[in-house]
Amino acid sequence: MEATIEVAGLRKRFGPALALDGMTFTVRPGQITGFVGPNGAGKSTTMRVILGLDAPDEGHALIGGKPYRKLRHPLSHVGALLDAAALQPSRSARNHLLWLAHSQGLTAKRADAVIEQAGLRAVARRRAGGYSLGMRQRLGIAAAMLGDPPVLMFDEPFNGMDPEGIVWMRGFLRSLAGEGRAVLVSSHLMGELEDTADHLVVAGRGTVIADTSVAALVSAASGDRVGLRTSARTEAMTVLAHAGATVTATGRDTLTVAGLTPEQIIELLGGSAVPFSEVSAHRATLEEAYMELTRDAAEFRAGGPGHRGPGCPRAAPCSPGPAGRAAPAGEEAAR
Amino acid sequence: MTTITPYRPAVQAGRDGFGQLLRAEWTKFRTVRGWLIGLGVAAVVTVLLGVLTGGSNDIACATGPGSPVKHGRACLPPPPPTAPGGQPVRDAFYFVHQPLAGNGSLTARVTSLTGRYAAGQGPYPQLTTPGLQPWSKGGIIIKTGTKPGSRYAAMLVTGSHGVRMQDNFTQDSAGLPGLVSAVSPRWLRLTRDGDTITGYDSADGAHWNLVGTAHLTGLPATVQAGLFAASPDHTVINQNFGGGESGTSDPSQATAVLDRVSLAGSAGGAWTGTQVGGGAAAAAPGRFQRAGDAFTVTGSGDIAPVPPGDGNGLGPNITIERNLAGAFAGLIAIAVVAALFITAEYRRGLIRTTLTASPRRGRVLAAKAIVVAAVTFMAGLAAAVVAVAAGNHLAAAKGFYLYPVTGLTEVRVVAGTAALLAVGAVFALGMGALLRRSAVAVTAVIVAIVLPYILVVASILPVGTADWVLRLTPAAGFAIQQSVPAYPQVYGLYTPNGGFFPLSPWAGFAVLCAWAAAALGLAAYRLRRRDA
Repeated sequence: MEATIEVAGLRKRFGPALALDGMTFTVRPGQITGFVGPNGAGKSTTMRVILGLDAPDEGHALIGGKPYRKLRHPLSHVGALLDAAALQPSRSARNHLLWLAHSQGLTAKRADAVIEQAGLRAVARRRAGGYSLGMRQRLGIAAAMLGDPPVLMFDEPFNGMDPEGIVWMRGFLRSLAGEGRAVLVSSHLMGELEDTADHLVVAGRGTVIADTSVAALVSAASGDRVGLRTSARTEAMTVLAHAGATVTATGRDTLTVAGLTPEQIIELLGGSAVPFSEVSAHRATLEEAYMELTRDAAEFRAGGPGHRGPGCPRAAPCSPGPAGRAAPAGEEAAR
Repeated sequence: MTTITPYRPAVQAGRDGFGQLLRAEWTKFRTVRGWLIGLGVAAVVTVLLGVLTGGSNDIACATGPGSPVKHGRACLPPPPPTAPGGQPVRDAFYFVHQPLAGNGSLTARVTSLTGRYAAGQGPYPQLTTPGLQPWSKGGIIIKTGTKPGSRYAAMLVTGSHGVRMQDNFTQDSAGLPGLVSAVSPRWLRLTRDGDTITGYDSADGAHWNLVGTAHLTGLPATVQAGLFAASPDHTVINQNFGGGESGTSDPSQATAVLDRVSLAGSAGGAWTGTQVGGGAAAAAPGRFQRAGDAFTVTGSGDIAPVPPGDGNGLGPNITIERNLAGAFAGLIAIAVVAALFITAEYRRGLIRTTLTASPRRGRVLAAKAIVVAAVTFMAGLAAAVVAVAAGNHLAAAKGFYLYPVTGLTEVRVVAGTAALLAVGAVFALGMGALLRRSAVAVTAVIVAIVLPYILVVASILPVGTADWVLRLTPAAGFAIQQSVPAYPQVYGLYTPNGGFFPLSPWAGFAVLCAWAAAALGLAAYRLRRRDA
């Protein structure tokens, strides 16, 4: 079986709210695919559709070319962590993994192996109800690993983890991808995925805004611009414009240059004896790139009762705009 | 870009099958201590309440004013005769008979059946009020001997049930309808052929109808054949407002006039009159007169089974199912556990994990139902066995008459109680899956099963309503506990609070099963259709 997730044209409506609006992407083996977007973008709904829990109105989701409901022993095809709190509080971690193992024709030995892998051995026989959120996340990961699946999905796995746990989680996700597995990790915070994901699917309002590698996303946001600091602003502008660059004065002694690499700029300025004190490649952070991309998708979230539109005078009450009314529906879809 | 080698799992999954799903659900069940405790509570409550309801009362009695008070077993009247099937019976009548050796045939024409009864005038009532009881009877009978409880087959006319053929106390089939009189006589015939006795009736002595056939195994070569009359007590039952009933019972007597009596076969000797059995004979002694082939036979008593309950001459008695009266309380605990088995998963979102592990949702619900039914059945069976053993032991020690039932009936009542709890658990599971909330599901189960049962058993509902409640609601399933059937040939009030259900044991149980199947089926439909 091929280790992929294919999501094609998913549409789903919860009452008046459109939760998924043509969601389409593919998760490939051997890399970590980050699934980012603001709350209510449709990430969790997409994951539930992939696992056959929710039925889409249109479109389909396939695991290795098969719909989830057609899988035999599904946990050996896909491991998923959707909600770490989904536990019977009075049942121990080991017994939780034991029934899951039995449902897949696996033995208690396999349950013990994933307990070890998730670092839960010391607490495995205690009531799961007494676990911290971080311990529950580890238990959820152990459950996902139970069938040793080639495809893994984690919904907000960093939630509630302490810094040590986050470091562990990153290393763990990388090792999974290193073994050739397809890994899909969702988060509403780009920062969590910045140093982890190889590929990004950015979702907003139930659809894909960007489906790209991390490097491409950053360079697209950066736009190949170079910052220049010089005391001879006019001379520098003349020299660089002659070389075909677009030059913008951004301050008394600062310029932004587009169309030339930093190396070319240094060479040109040096050749013309124009003094300069700093040449720097302007590099956007992933967070900036993400904010840029999701601004439209996230906009409606700023609305809500009491929200004042941009045109409203501060002191005067005014009714929320259409974006404001969309907010509760959008939040409904997030559940 | 590097080439990626797709991951090959090192762990090999086992075979896919329903057995794994069952095992997983069983692991789920046994690893929540609260559910095991709930099951234990159900068993204990069933036993304790059953034993307390059964024969735990003290018995005291006195034969008259000033006589010493007796206790326990000393209060029991002598044990009643029993039918070949083991049931306690009343076998008291006036018998005019002669021996019949080998095969033969007995024919007679009944021209009149009249009766008198006492209407509650003190301890030694006079039979002054004319009138027949519904089951006053007179006719012809072939019987092993004159010992009470011995095998027989009879053709008879009755007070208000027409001609009947009855044999071995419990068998009863109808012949010609209507009252007998001089202008509308009834011809009766019994033919013996080996162990088989066949009954016929006729309105004119020329055209005969087959009424029934009795197989009396081990019938001796020589039997007693002849004429008889009997009349059960005049019983008046008052249904009290708001439930419950009270009754009076007074002796009665029936007189049958028979002529054209002929006994064909190796019969010999004279007609002898014998009072079979005792009881009401002291107040209303039997007798007969003969004029040629015409006989007038007067007798009191009855040839019929004795149902359990009060005022039937058995003394303080209990049926086996009285020890199992705690089942309704056990069912409440069972319902809580069974509903939680699914609603706890909804509450925590664990249902998503379950459905991710087993995407075929109908099978998940089926596995849950089987597991919850199996564990409940085992717990219920243990509780029922203990309750019956302890209850019978205690009742016998206190001096109760244990109403006898066959081994097969005992198995049906005990295992049926366990099955009742198991199917009730499946119903609760179905309601839990439908309603997704423990409290709502448990309330629904209590309202549907336990409440109707309590309203009926506590006689809060009038009898007519109670009957319909026990036909339509899942509480009909409690019928599986009824060990003694209602006998149509014995007049009495067979009410649910007396342990008599309007549906037969298996039909009542089927009603409960239908409810459970409907709840589970609807739940499976919704589970498949809805997002999890």
